[in-house]
Amino acid sequence: MTYAIETAALVKTFGATRALDGVDLKIRAGSVYGLLGPNGAGKTTAIRVLATLLRPDSGSATVLGLDVVRDARAVRQKVSLTGQYASVDEDLTGLENLVLVGRLLGLPWSGARRRASELLEAFGLADAAGRQVLTYSGGMRRRIDIAASLVAKTEVLFLDEPTTGLDPRSRNQVWELVRRIAAEGTTVLLTTQYLDEADRLSERMAVIDRGRVIAEGTSAELKSSVGSNALHVRLVAADQRALAQEVVSRVLGDGVLPSADPLEVTARLKSAAQAADVLKAMTDRGIDIAQFSVGHPSLDEVFLALTGRPAEETKA
Amino acid sequence: MSEDALPSGERTHELLTMPARPGSPSAASAVITLAWRALLKIKHVPFQLFDVIVTPIMFTVMFTYIFGGALEGSPRQYIQYLLPGVVVQTILFITVYTGVGLNGDIRKGLYDRFRSLPMWQPAPLFGALAGDVIRYSVASTIIILVGLLIGFRPGGGFLGVVAAVGLVLVFAFSLSWLWIIVGMLVKSPESVMTTSFIFLMPLTFASDIFVNLSTMPPWLQAAVGRNPVTYLAKASRGLMHGHVAPGDIAWVLVASAVIVLAASPVAMRLYRKER
Repeated sequence: MTYAIETAALVKTFGATRALDGVDLKIRAGSVYGLLGPNGAGKTTAIRVLATLLRPDSGSATVLGLDVVRDARAVRQKVSLTGQYASVDEDLTGLENLVLVGRLLGLPWSGARRRASELLEAFGLADAAGRQVLTYSGGMRRRIDIAASLVAKTEVLFLDEPTTGLDPRSRNQVWELVRRIAAEGTTVLLTTQYLDEADRLSERMAVIDRGRVIAEGTSAELKSSVGSNALHVRLVAADQRALAQEVVSRVLGDGVLPSADPLEVTARLKSAAQAADVLKAMTDRGIDIAQFSVGHPSLDEVFLALTGRPAEETKA
Repeated sequence: MSEDALPSGERTHELLTMPARPGSPSAASAVITLAWRALLKIKHVPFQLFDVIVTPIMFTVMFTYIFGGALEGSPRQYIQYLLPGVVVQTILFITVYTGVGLNGDIRKGLYDRFRSLPMWQPAPLFGALAGDVIRYSVASTIIILVGLLIGFRPGGGFLGVVAAVGLVLVFAFSLSWLWIIVGMLVKSPESVMTTSFIFLMPLTFASDIFVNLSTMPPWLQAAVGRNPVTYLAKASRGLMHGHVAPGDIAWVLVASAVIVLAASPVAMRLYRKER
């Protein structure tokens, strides 16, 4: 099997902080891979090392077989990075930004202009081509950021939190674009704080915590360690919580997850059918339920399941 | 359907087919492209230029008519003395924008994009400088045109004025390197502005831009006389009025060279340093 990205025992420290503390990754060429973790877990640092913006302290990292330190320039020829913050010039128009990148990649002016127009159309930005980027909505800005990474042949695309701060419609558009980009054969490495997002887009994912990979696998593998579904029950009265937890653990065997909210009971389900059993048992015991829902486990729940503590936000 | 809907999957497939990378652009081509970007910024944000030109024009007009009579006998005579110095002061103030722009680009993440592109890495610095030199030229032209309207008559003719502006540009280019350093060291564009003005205010006001050295007390003359800006103002006045002072010009060129030689290696080191 050929890997587009391989890292071994990758370490990067900033002062006393070990942003990467021995990261091993193997990412298959042509796949979408998700790096999942809370703020400050080391996701961005990992991407910046792979995109040659940071030099690792130790360990090795190769992109398409090229060493990110020794062959940095050759790596830059094949990859693109869309950072977490704007990576386009907001004073310039959408078209001008893409022409700028095209020129800096070595395209002639005419080729750069043609390519810019194509991309603006592909990203649903044709009508906004002549407007300054600072007039764009959040979703449009993310799209022009991503478009700027696809001006010329990109074998590996790094996307750092591509949907953070977007409204649901814009998020769906970005997801659709990522799928289309991957369908063209580009390897995509994206970071996210949402399990849901990693689940929808990526074949495999790694959960990162304090600079270490604490779980790795397909979304199915990961969920089997967390429970495929999470049950959330909101109670009307806090004094029924102990009873509710007892009922849930009796029905499910185990799987009750700790929760800070006194009105909430959260549990791991092995199958969606178990939810019906829980609901019936609860109503039989006269527990008043305000809200009853089954959904994807959140990153917090993944963390609880994997580490026994909630995801912490550490300052990067 | 909303205005920004995505095209069909099939059409997208056509559009997303990426052209091969033609190989890195030459250093010159990258610098020219980035200078083009700087010009686009002037086009889209003309206020930045307006901002730094309106004040000197106000200064020129006010000083000429209010102090002109007292300082040189008549406004018409004073403007002959004042205008070359105002060009110097204006351009030196605009140099700060090199650092301000760079700081903003780094802070916003644009430099991450630039640094992940396979181009000659210092190109963004030189592109910004090239754009700035054009900005300086536009500003000088506007001030000189306003001067001509209110009675400035350069004895050195067109060539003398061009040579004087050229000399100011050389010094401004060298000074820009200092603000590049400041731009990379401080946290926000506002602090670049503040830090740079702490140097620029005394540098330009404690010079002979507004009044002749001989009118100052001797201790001040000693200090102001050694200010590089005084040399620059004297040299450019000389060039504009046709009485060239080779000593002053040489002094300005040497000072510029020293600043570039000292500041550019530091700037390049900071630039290459990872963030």
